[in-house]
Amino acid sequence: MKIYLKIWRQKDQKAKGKLVSYSLNEVDAKMSFLEMLDMLNLQLAKKGERPVEFDHDCREGICGQCGVMINGIAHGPLKKTTTCQLHMRSFKDGDTIYVEPFKSKAFPMIRDLKVDRSSFDEIIAAGGYISVNTGQAPEANSIPITHQEAESAFNSAACIGCGACVATCKNASAALFTSAKITQLANLPQGKKESNQRTINMVNRMEELDFGHCTNTEACQVECPQDISVLNIARMNYEYNKAKLKK
Amino acid sequence: MAKEIHANIPEGDLKDKWSNYKAQAKLVSPNNRKKLEIIVVGTGLAGASAAASLAEMGYKIKSFCFQDSPRRAHSVAAQGGVNAMKNYQNDGDSVYRMFHDTLKGGDFRSREANTYRLAECSASLIDQAVAQGVPFGREYSGYLKNRSFGGVQVSRTFYARGQTGQQLLLGAYQALMRQKEIGSVKLYTRHEMLDLVTIDNKAKGIIARNLDTGEIERHGAHAVILATGGFGKIYYLSTLAMGCNASAIWRAHKKGALMANPSWTQIHPTCLPQSGPYQSKLTLMSESLRNDGRIWVPKATNDTRSPIEIPEDERDYYLERKYPTFGNLAPRDIASRAAKEQIDIGKGVGPLRNAVYLDFAHAINEYGKDIIAERYGNLFNMYQKITGINAYKEPMKISPSAHFSMGGLWVDYDLMTTIPGLFAIGEANFSDHGANRLGANSLLQACVDGYYIAPCTLQNYLSDQIQVEKTQIDHPAFQEAERLAKKQLENFVESKGNKTAEEFHREIGKVLYDKCGLSRSEQELKKAILQIQNLREEFQQNLLVPGDANEINSELEKAGRVSDYMELAELMCVDALERNESCGAHFREEFQTEDGEAERNDDDYAYSAAWEWSGKASKPILNKEPLHFTYVQPSKRSYK
Repeated sequence: MKIYLKIWRQKDQKAKGKLVSYSLNEVDAKMSFLEMLDMLNLQLAKKGERPVEFDHDCREGICGQCGVMINGIAHGPLKKTTTCQLHMRSFKDGDTIYVEPFKSKAFPMIRDLKVDRSSFDEIIAAGGYISVNTGQAPEANSIPITHQEAESAFNSAACIGCGACVATCKNASAALFTSAKITQLANLPQGKKESNQRTINMVNRMEELDFGHCTNTEACQVECPQDISVLNIARMNYEYNKAKLKK
Repeated sequence: MAKEIHANIPEGDLKDKWSNYKAQAKLVSPNNRKKLEIIVVGTGLAGASAAASLAEMGYKIKSFCFQDSPRRAHSVAAQGGVNAMKNYQNDGDSVYRMFHDTLKGGDFRSREANTYRLAECSASLIDQAVAQGVPFGREYSGYLKNRSFGGVQVSRTFYARGQTGQQLLLGAYQALMRQKEIGSVKLYTRHEMLDLVTIDNKAKGIIARNLDTGEIERHGAHAVILATGGFGKIYYLSTLAMGCNASAIWRAHKKGALMANPSWTQIHPTCLPQSGPYQSKLTLMSESLRNDGRIWVPKATNDTRSPIEIPEDERDYYLERKYPTFGNLAPRDIASRAAKEQIDIGKGVGPLRNAVYLDFAHAINEYGKDIIAERYGNLFNMYQKITGINAYKEPMKISPSAHFSMGGLWVDYDLMTTIPGLFAIGEANFSDHGANRLGANSLLQACVDGYYIAPCTLQNYLSDQIQVEKTQIDHPAFQEAERLAKKQLENFVESKGNKTAEEFHREIGKVLYDKCGLSRSEQELKKAILQIQNLREEFQQNLLVPGDANEINSELEKAGRVSDYMELAELMCVDALERNESCGAHFREEFQTEDGEAERNDDDYAYSAAWEWSGKASKPILNKEPLHFTYVQPSKRSYK
């Protein structure tokens, strides 16, 4: 099929970016979206032009490194799907597709579709862990965790840190990302001990970085490839207020 | 001239060796540790766990990864589980049994002492992961759950749905970020190692490229750990991430580290088949699916009916037929080869006739759809996203794909390479899996190397380094390594040929699949070597890299990696050619039993082939590390 592309090209953070038009004639419906971009890049390289820079790695939806806005939607039209798992059968012959980076003040532009999401690492560094050194752990079955508790913690832990939530949110809030880690660890008995301090540290760090505030539009959950629930945000707010009261 | 290589296996009975080692290992006092710097390249399970554990002890760590965050390293993609000897199921498991399973699974081509240590340290890993908050599957009572994996008859696999690698990696990543916050770890993301720097034949640092700016940097240290994973991506189509590469270990190899058994690549049986020439990867579907899925092909060749229309008595459940004891859970090398055999005789299914069926109809009948969805829901969803097919209604189509490198840098019992101060851990080394790795042993090895072994053996090495002056990065060795690295990048950019690195990569991958993949023969390997030499020649003349070296440039990154593959590919074929036997994943057509099984030759080939760089890619030097079996007598590996 024939596909028309309008792709955001920007040399670096200082340069002015713009949408550039391309077209591809022999797109196969079984191709993944990124394979379609590979095809474009091969053609650009052969013409001596700079290929489009985009982030990607595992191409099986788990590493969280890929992610672009496709026709204005983070990761494109399919729900619960990362960009790499989107296939061209989701588009029609003759379609025009707009491809843009995950834009946000907290995700500075690197080039074209690549942005710097290390602010997520900063949030985790502030407290997104259980402080246990190698060697300190007790026997695993000495802390029974019910099936439901484990499954619920898993639901929050499944976040891949792609940044779709931030890119989608009109406020560019990182509430869904931050709350998922806070909730996972608060749900487990071994994580409860430091829950108050963790919550305060992570929320403070999130606010120090260039993310906006959450105003409960719930757009983040809609675009989350891992279906992380906004109830995590409610839990984060609860944990935060609880921690503040105890202080 | 072949080198004398020593595995440095500690004295004592098999079960006492690691305890003896630890009891005698040299130490560094806590207040001296912050004066010692360690570079860790790679932030997968091995790299992140080693970096975090060593930082917790007090060492200063510099941690490098090419991804934009340490959390994205390819350990993240491991699905099915991690093995550990807890015997929670009371089904007869023991350290000895786990050791034996792993040794036998590897077709008696690994070191007894290393393999035993892997089993011995496995239980602590589960304790550590649980303490970190890894949400493993649980029984309703609250206790940990297990499932079974290929090649064993107990249930010792722990799992977090189909995302065990992700959850274990996040545990290690979080531990790493905790140390970063304290200041014990300095992170260098989007950095790629270009060379190892040695001074007086000791590893003293690396040259790295900042992938965002193109800047070349020098980093000095008292020791260097390579935790850069496997190189299955050399086959181009593989289950690996696009960025996985051999460059760090290959460049260390060219600086003097030996490369062991490089041709032993695990071809994973349950992956999605190739659907077209544009394809960039083959997605793996977890081996855990074989707990409930049954593998079959039509009995008739070229049967084009839909699988649902083929009645039971016209189906061949060939694994159950050929290997009744292990059935669908036969080890990976055997399951892959059996699939290839069916495909080669014309019983393959799907539009390109390159797949076999993995069928859940019986399991759904027995347990109901809900239970199957809880066990494998995410895998069924993934399958549907990629293929558009609902696997609850019709069988999955699966096919073998390049997956795991059993080979890698040769290391001794300390996990140190032949360059003092250079350690290789996780999939980057060759140590524990022999000629075939058992499912769920990969996450285990990465974690055990990183959490438990490297922290102890590194300290043993570092004990006398406190007297050694801090590495100066203006040393001529750093200057020269930097100069050569820059020159190579400039050559790529200036080559101005007609073929991109990716196009070369696809070609070399095809040569390896056809001639150094699931089955090999002297004749075909010799042809492959010539083809690779020609491709390498063409790569020198005809490479096309758009853009410049001093900027962000994905094409340039690929060129560096493919350039290393051009040399490694030949060594793989040379290694496969040298080994005149079949063992594990290495199946030489000339050496098979009457019923088509691998025929091992313990008299002549009970050794690890440790190859030395001679300065020329076509003239590697063979060193042999003989394998001694004191506690287990190698037997014919049968799963019938």
